[in-house]
Amino acid sequence: MSQNHLTIEKPWQRWLIRFGIFIAMAILTVPGLWVVLTAFRPNIEVLARPAVWIPQNPTLDNFARLFGLSPAQQGLPVAQYFINSLVISLTSTLVAVLIGMAGGYAFARYRFRGKATLFLGFMLSRTVPGVALSLPLFIIWARLGIIDTSFGLILVYMAINIPFTIWLTDGFFRQIPVDLSEAAQIDGCTPWQAFWKIEFPLARSGLASAAIFAFLTSWNEYALASQLTRTTASKTMPVGLMDFTAQFTVDWTGMSAMAVLIIIPALVLTFIVQKHLIAGLTFGGVK
Amino acid sequence: LTTATETLSRPTLGEGFAAFFRSPRAVPYLLLLPAIIVILAVVLVPLVVSFWTSFTNYNLTKPDTLYNFIGLRNYQRLLGNEEFWWAFGRTFMFITISLNLEMVLGLGLALLVNKITFGQRTLRTIMMFPMMFSPILVGFQFKYIFNDSIGLVNNALFDLGIISQPIPWLVDGTLANFSIIFAEIWMSTSIFAILLLAGLMALPKEPIEAAKVDGCNPFQVFRHITLPFLMPFVFIAMTIRSLDVARAYDMIRIMTNGGPAGRTELLWTLMTRTGYQNSQMGMANAMGYVSIILSIVFTFYFYRKLTAARTFMGGAQ
Repeated sequence: MSQNHLTIEKPWQRWLIRFGIFIAMAILTVPGLWVVLTAFRPNIEVLARPAVWIPQNPTLDNFARLFGLSPAQQGLPVAQYFINSLVISLTSTLVAVLIGMAGGYAFARYRFRGKATLFLGFMLSRTVPGVALSLPLFIIWARLGIIDTSFGLILVYMAINIPFTIWLTDGFFRQIPVDLSEAAQIDGCTPWQAFWKIEFPLARSGLASAAIFAFLTSWNEYALASQLTRTTASKTMPVGLMDFTAQFTVDWTGMSAMAVLIIIPALVLTFIVQKHLIAGLTFGGVK
Repeated sequence: LTTATETLSRPTLGEGFAAFFRSPRAVPYLLLLPAIIVILAVVLVPLVVSFWTSFTNYNLTKPDTLYNFIGLRNYQRLLGNEEFWWAFGRTFMFITISLNLEMVLGLGLALLVNKITFGQRTLRTIMMFPMMFSPILVGFQFKYIFNDSIGLVNNALFDLGIISQPIPWLVDGTLANFSIIFAEIWMSTSIFAILLLAGLMALPKEPIEAAKVDGCNPFQVFRHITLPFLMPFVFIAMTIRSLDVARAYDMIRIMTNGGPAGRTELLWTLMTRTGYQNSQMGMANAMGYVSIILSIVFTFYFYRKLTAARTFMGGAQ
């Protein structure tokens, strides 16, 4: 914690700082909390006028509706969307981290021709907006017959996540002294063993943050998924969220419940590894 | 990208090629091979296809038109199209305004949190909150909160007696633009704040104390010591942000989808409307190229700044 011992704030300054932080944190949290609150309200309460601030009849009905457990309304295939999202995100993350790690290692440890160009090429490939990429992918995937399949989407998410993984792992591997691996090789390890026994464990926090970023990107992606998926065979949660909007009506409570389902895995995962996340973002980049 | 491999080995014989792949020189290329293949298949080939398509009048409903070369006509029509230029200008403004505001607000937030000594970890955790949100969730959340009849903002203003008529946040053109920029800033300020906070924590104390002893006031210290030190962090944040600035599409898609009456139409929404709804894939791909170039220009600019700042910092390579 960087504490500045030379400046001593006056009490009014300290309160001003606290007030500023309070306002900022309120802006950051209230919208999300409001959606969570709505997920547990009956629809009447949302539409009520004057506004009902504190839920009067908290209910789990909205969640029951999502999974078709409520007799009143036919359920949406949300359970299937959830499974699709999970399978697609986990698979693409795992493969992207493996492939990206190999690439990051190559950039960190070797000098070779075309290195700078290749690195820039990877970064630029990540710059292409998902929407713009979705147009040709839609055409090609349709001709290859892999539109509306999990495989098609996994492939796309791999390509999106590889460049960023390379960028992060490159930074992390460069921080690990080469001597360690060399020493292990003198002691009789093969380069392959030296990597997995020495360098891999040391780069773990970098890899963890790369994996989290990859997972979050895949889990949250909408632009590409909305065009490359059609049915329950491959539709993901973010695409499923749009099922709730009809031409003129929006099912606010249903959407809020679905939003809660989308945010929970991301939230849990991020809080578990938040330390790695910040380290990954900062040191992968600067050093 | 592959040419690097080929020129290096210069295989007049298949044998030479095989020998190269067994030599230690080949190791980095072999390590990178899977990554190259994936990027080639999922990004580069589609980009070539979309480049070709932008010179045809390809229509989704008529598959044969994919081979219908019409030269630069798509681009010519774009350049003469007022709707396109509005969308282009709006996108440019949207990126510029939101990136700058995010930077300033993120810096402010980081400086504030840095002053707090108790509960800083909790604050940092809260700051990460918006980073986990899917852009489409951010869009949904603000569509709900800015809704004119049941939204949180109008409800609060009503109950406080500030307004008697609902404010049409998403229905009025100007307000809708304000709302999408607000949502964008909500979504991404945290990235700046977290990175800049990490920078502030790594800030060496000696130069600051020396400057204070020499009689610098807090503003001068900030201007001449803190800020230059933070610049690499600013550029990292800018680079990361400009890489995925187009995810704002998801958010806008659900909030306004370009409406009301095209007043929040950005390149990205216009492109999907043209491609998927009007089936004019050729035209949409031409727009896609414009948006790709726009993104590349932004990213490249900040990436250059980042490398310069890194060299200045004495970082590796």
